[in-house]
Amino acid sequence: MQRRKVTIDGNEAAAYVAHKVSEVIAIYPITPSSPMGEWSDQWSAEGRPNIWGTVPTVIEMQSEAGAAAALHGAIQAGALAATFTSAQGLLLKIPTMYKVAGELTPTVFHIAARTVATHALSIFCDHSDIMAVRQTGFAILASNSVQEVMDQALIATAASLESRIPFVHFFDGFRTTHEVNKIEQLTEDDLRAMIDDDLVRRHRQRAMTPDRPVLRGTSQNPDHFFQAREAANPYYLACPTIVQNVMDKFAALTGRHYHLFDYVGAPDAERVIVLMGSSAETAHETVEYLVERGEKVGVIKVRLFRPFSVEHFIKVLPPTVKAIAVLDRTKEPGAIGEPLYLDVITALHEGYDGRPLPRVIGGRYGLSSKEFTPAMVKAVFDELAKPNPKNHFTVGIYDDVTHTSLEWDPEFSTEDPRTIRCLFYGLGADGTVGANKNSIKIIGEETDNYAQGYFVYDSKKAGAVTVSHLRFGPKPIRSTYLISKANFIACHQFVFLERFDVLKAAVPGAVFLLNSPYPADQVWDHIPRNIQEQIIRKKLKFYVIDGYEVAKKTGMGQRINTIMQTCFFAISGVLPREEAIQKIKDAIRDTYGRRGEAVVQKNFAAVDAALDHLHEVHYPERITGPEPPPTVSPKAPEFVQKIVAPIIRGEGDLIPVSAMPPDGTFPTGTAAWEKRNIALEVPVWDEKLCIQCGKCVIVCPHATIRSKVYEKSALVNPPPTFKAVPARWKEFKDMLYTLQVAVEDCTGCALCVAACPVKDKSNVKRRAVNMAPQIPLREQERANWEYFLKLPNVDRDLLKPSVIKDTQLFQPLFEFSGACTGCGETPYVKLVTQLFGDRAIIGNATGCSSIYGGNLPTTPYTVDEEGRGPTWNNSLFEDCAEFSLGFRLAIDQHNRHARDLLAVLAPQIGEELVRELLEADQFTEAGIRAQRQRVKLLKEKLAAIDSPEARRLMLVADYLVKKSVWAFGGDGWAYDIGYGGLDHVLSTGRNINILVLDTEVYSNTGGQMSKATPRGAVAKFAAGGKPTGKKDLAMMALQYGNVYVGRVAMGYNDAHTVKTFLEAEAHDGPSIIIAYSHCIAHGYDMVYGLDQQKAAVESGHFPLFRYDPSLLAQGKNPFQLDSKAPSIPLEKYAYNETRFTMLARSDPEGARRLLEAAQRDAQLRFKLYEHMASMAMNGSQKAELAKEEKHA
Amino acid sequence: MPDLTTTYVGLKLRSPLVASSSPLCQNIGNILHMEDAGIAAVVLHSLFEEQILIESQALDRHLSAAEESYAESLSYFPDLRRYNIGPDEYVEHIRRTKQAVDIPVIGSLNGVSTGGWIRYARLIEEAGADALELNIYHLPTDPSVDGATVERQYVELVRHIKASVRIPVAVKLGPYFSSIPNMAAKLDEAGADALVLFNRFYQPDFDLESLEVVPNLVLSNSSELLTRLHWVGILYGRIRADMAITGGVHTAQDVLKCMMAGAKVAMMTSALLRQGIDYAARLEEDLIRWMEEHEYESIRQMQGSMSAQRVADPAAFQRANYMRVLSSYELRPRPGVQ
Repeated sequence: MQRRKVTIDGNEAAAYVAHKVSEVIAIYPITPSSPMGEWSDQWSAEGRPNIWGTVPTVIEMQSEAGAAAALHGAIQAGALAATFTSAQGLLLKIPTMYKVAGELTPTVFHIAARTVATHALSIFCDHSDIMAVRQTGFAILASNSVQEVMDQALIATAASLESRIPFVHFFDGFRTTHEVNKIEQLTEDDLRAMIDDDLVRRHRQRAMTPDRPVLRGTSQNPDHFFQAREAANPYYLACPTIVQNVMDKFAALTGRHYHLFDYVGAPDAERVIVLMGSSAETAHETVEYLVERGEKVGVIKVRLFRPFSVEHFIKVLPPTVKAIAVLDRTKEPGAIGEPLYLDVITALHEGYDGRPLPRVIGGRYGLSSKEFTPAMVKAVFDELAKPNPKNHFTVGIYDDVTHTSLEWDPEFSTEDPRTIRCLFYGLGADGTVGANKNSIKIIGEETDNYAQGYFVYDSKKAGAVTVSHLRFGPKPIRSTYLISKANFIACHQFVFLERFDVLKAAVPGAVFLLNSPYPADQVWDHIPRNIQEQIIRKKLKFYVIDGYEVAKKTGMGQRINTIMQTCFFAISGVLPREEAIQKIKDAIRDTYGRRGEAVVQKNFAAVDAALDHLHEVHYPERITGPEPPPTVSPKAPEFVQKIVAPIIRGEGDLIPVSAMPPDGTFPTGTAAWEKRNIALEVPVWDEKLCIQCGKCVIVCPHATIRSKVYEKSALVNPPPTFKAVPARWKEFKDMLYTLQVAVEDCTGCALCVAACPVKDKSNVKRRAVNMAPQIPLREQERANWEYFLKLPNVDRDLLKPSVIKDTQLFQPLFEFSGACTGCGETPYVKLVTQLFGDRAIIGNATGCSSIYGGNLPTTPYTVDEEGRGPTWNNSLFEDCAEFSLGFRLAIDQHNRHARDLLAVLAPQIGEELVRELLEADQFTEAGIRAQRQRVKLLKEKLAAIDSPEARRLMLVADYLVKKSVWAFGGDGWAYDIGYGGLDHVLSTGRNINILVLDTEVYSNTGGQMSKATPRGAVAKFAAGGKPTGKKDLAMMALQYGNVYVGRVAMGYNDAHTVKTFLEAEAHDGPSIIIAYSHCIAHGYDMVYGLDQQKAAVESGHFPLFRYDPSLLAQGKNPFQLDSKAPSIPLEKYAYNETRFTMLARSDPEGARRLLEAAQRDAQLRFKLYEHMASMAMNGSQKAELAKEEKHA
Repeated sequence: MPDLTTTYVGLKLRSPLVASSSPLCQNIGNILHMEDAGIAAVVLHSLFEEQILIESQALDRHLSAAEESYAESLSYFPDLRRYNIGPDEYVEHIRRTKQAVDIPVIGSLNGVSTGGWIRYARLIEEAGADALELNIYHLPTDPSVDGATVERQYVELVRHIKASVRIPVAVKLGPYFSSIPNMAAKLDEAGADALVLFNRFYQPDFDLESLEVVPNLVLSNSSELLTRLHWVGILYGRIRADMAITGGVHTAQDVLKCMMAGAKVAMMTSALLRQGIDYAARLEEDLIRWMEEHEYESIRQMQGSMSAQRVADPAAFQRANYMRVLSSYELRPRPGVQ
């Protein structure tokens, strides 16, 4: 039976098998495993059955722990179940894993191996998560390539059923999960052949059922637990043989023969490397290359890591081996060595049978997807050849601290010369990656070539750079490392030439394709000199095309992907031109056809127009171009120059260990040094129209439009185009006002324009801010911005925090984050830093806010002129509320300690000062400033007192100044995975503020549904529209009675938002603010974000209220309804958003039913709030009415 | 009982009451109701090529907006396999309506590109529609495009479509032409089987508080009927194409006037939206009563009786109260003059 060749990635391969052999799939999304759950959900939604003819149930739980528990229940009840996860998600499953293994129940956990967060979080790959579960009793099987993922997903399932041992089947996150490769797809017959129905029957017979009831999960005592635990031994002893038998059976079926340990290399090898995961493929390629050149080397690929079969391991080791290097893709600080290394040493010790043991060294590589290249493999082999090779080495970094690193030769390459290697630099969302995935498909499926695609993304959510690595050639491609020697380099954004070395990887004679706004006969002089130099030196063939021009002409907007793709095929000649164009068109129809014929046609037009605009550049042998601008200003601090700048330039790999902080601590305020220049258009201030209301400032997601009021005398030698007008404040008469835009940091979202309430009476299209092209303004506004920053801020004491225009004079201490253009969350974050930033300590849940809040290389939180500003830490996802509570516990403790010490030292310090310190009113900015002055004075006095108490008080004196404790997070955290902790924190009554940035979906991981998702919205795991309504977190918090609760939407009422934030902070107890945040996952142009916020409130979808417990003390109703009764139908809000309309399009009947139900939800909710707002507080309702009548 | 039957584009109808293109027609239940209430034919809501284009492009734009940029969220939406962006839903609606009712079903099409018009016209024909109404809703706003060019485009369009389908083609027009009779004659020559007079252009309003241009939907009233009567009356007998009046038909009197002006059918939208579909039955009763009282035998008898060709003084149509002469006798024909 002919098997299909498909070009897919590792995630799809795993999901393909898992879906077909499972009945229940319980998941929780986490990068990079999320797509496996999403594929499963999609296939079930499409009604795709498993091999037994039923459609698997796919359920998203509230956390990975919940998913594991649901899976546990399902398999105990006799179902065949699987799950997918990574990193912390796997760790959350640990208690359940012990149970599942202890009960000997078959299941497979498919793991996209990812770094466990330590000093930092990383979404990338290493084996620290796998190693963290090696003791649970699960079997662990490693797959090294996309083909192996497909094959061993099945092998793991079959082996688990037979051995009764649950399996972890893992493969490297991103390197394998997201690598597109051409593989042979297993058929359903293959799956049926491997899954023994008799074993399925036995699994079902072991199920918990009232028809044959059993009891499990007993509680056992010292007299018998140990024996019961040991009773499982035979299963573990039998497992390795069972796995090998299954592998043998698979080999008979497909011809691909796997073994528990696979050896590749010289049969008489003297030096052997042992490792597992995708790096084994690189080692395989390197070993083949070296063996061809006569070296006696080999590599053992570990597949079955647990149970570790000493016998099978020793059998594959060549008897000639003298030295072994074991490579671990993890770090276990405090252990003698890493796990695989320890296993190998123990295995040799136990199994080598009296022969002299080979020398064994262990090393670490590849943490967090650090590249592991053939050159590094060679370095390890070279090390093994030394008389005293280094043990506990690292390879791939420069360790100048503990000197563990090996050196390697970056020029060493084992790339097959027949393989074509292409690099494509694109801008996120220009379609480059999608087009390349199609190209891989075309090449892989339409030619005899093998093809591989790997994609590197950015850490920013706006203006992100993507790099596509494509290889294709006549031999299977094992190169699980990035391309460093490319035959073809395409740069799809001219501005990249200034930012990093796009041609570094170009080999002599390579082809360079540039998307250029300049025609072929003019482009040369615009190319930065370092690029020109390489073009000339490497004798590159240079082509240009004005992709944006073609895109504009054919209605493609910013999407140049199919245009550039056509050029690639034409130049590379991998397919005959006409055939390539036809295939591209077929792929277009396939990919975009379901979005409508118009989309298909305009893409066709773009393809047809492309080649006419492609021109070769006959460049002179002269360097005429400009110097590229420095990555960061030369005025930037040392940390920025040493660490931030190289990372921005793409040279982060060169940073040595000594440059990095050992504990994950980084300075704030570094984002200001990275000038991204990604906005095509920026706002321009029309100072004559402006009413200085501050609305543009408050809505700006990136703090790139700011206002200042200052004395006339401060305006000394301003740059020629700097604008200043009289300030329109009663209190600031005779002062000046400036609204200044940071054009190099602006992302061009135009929310400031949308928020501006002023229209030019002679031309209503014009507002007090209007968008204009950035490039002509860059120079002048750079100077204006620098000048603006130096102007003094008006005294905070003079400002009224309840007035919007006043608050927007507060300096934002959160700026230039990597958030999406037009983000709905960041304005709230920025507001917190304006109001309380100089005294704020923030715990941030994992999610968008932790990524834009702390994704290196730049940190957006910053300090004021006195060096104070928010301190911030992202701990984990689920623990944010508790983590922030910990801040409050410590701060209160320090404060109490300080107060106690003050009492003790009062005679020496002065009774007056001590009394003032203890009784300080810190409810206003003035009050806080006064206390800071007192503390300063206190410290001066303490410096003169020589006693342990004085020294102790010196350390905690600052805690006499009020601190503002915050927990930030999204709805994924607050409604789902972190709800248990959040609820507990609310119950403690402690003074902590919780800001829930409610985007109504898991934004950061790509739009999975949360309990905050509204009824009828489409999200991943709710493809048919979420059938249930949005959880009312506010009401759940409110029931405690002593929690301040606020629901806000800046686009509906910004003054209300500010008031709520102030009240929340003022409340001496837990406060929770749920802030409606528009998001790219809602599916509309985010310049309308504020309009949608308004519509959300006006339609009754998100009514606003404040519950203020302090009103109770005054005998008033604490519940204040802050928005009017619904005045527009829900449809008028919902159908502006693709997350609703896509359902209306694909299932009109279903959409209508859900919309009607959602409309009822909204009406009912408002009624409830109205009812609560009208509650009588003293006596009964009747008495209240009687009282009113009496007064009437 | 007076005979209410009429023919329109070759279709035999039980009465001149036709429901014209409106959102009511999106629902088959409504159309069944219309048939029960005596409506003789229905013109379905329009299939807008432009709407399809806009929706398709918006969907594509928003689904792709942040695709493949950031590693943790390579996409933000699940891949729903079908979006029904295209004429399929409309075509299916025609099919199902034809299965549900016996009265003629006329498809309505508003295109933008010639290719789009022809493609969708064919689809509507294949779906089983009895006739096709071309809803040329086009507001010229470019000062450099002259009237002749605009007219030529309409004529070419009608010619193309007539060449592409076999079902009758009616053309719904707006009133803003330099010479309506000339335009009518050209369309007649291009093969139009009927002219539907007139399309109502929705004009936006200004919101003075927000300084924004806002949509403004005002339903028609009887006063709008007059201009339609006027032009149908002038055209009657001078073109081969049938005529239908749409806009301002609210009462039995209105229907009768339409017939006397020379229209074959009177189309209603606002009346049904305002008064409900059952109103059509009352209207029919009123028609019959009036005809009985005034001793008319049939609708066909009165069609065109008050047209320009048939009234004693054509000037009443042609100069339409433009002048006021002191003596009202001066403009009236002398009795007895032929």
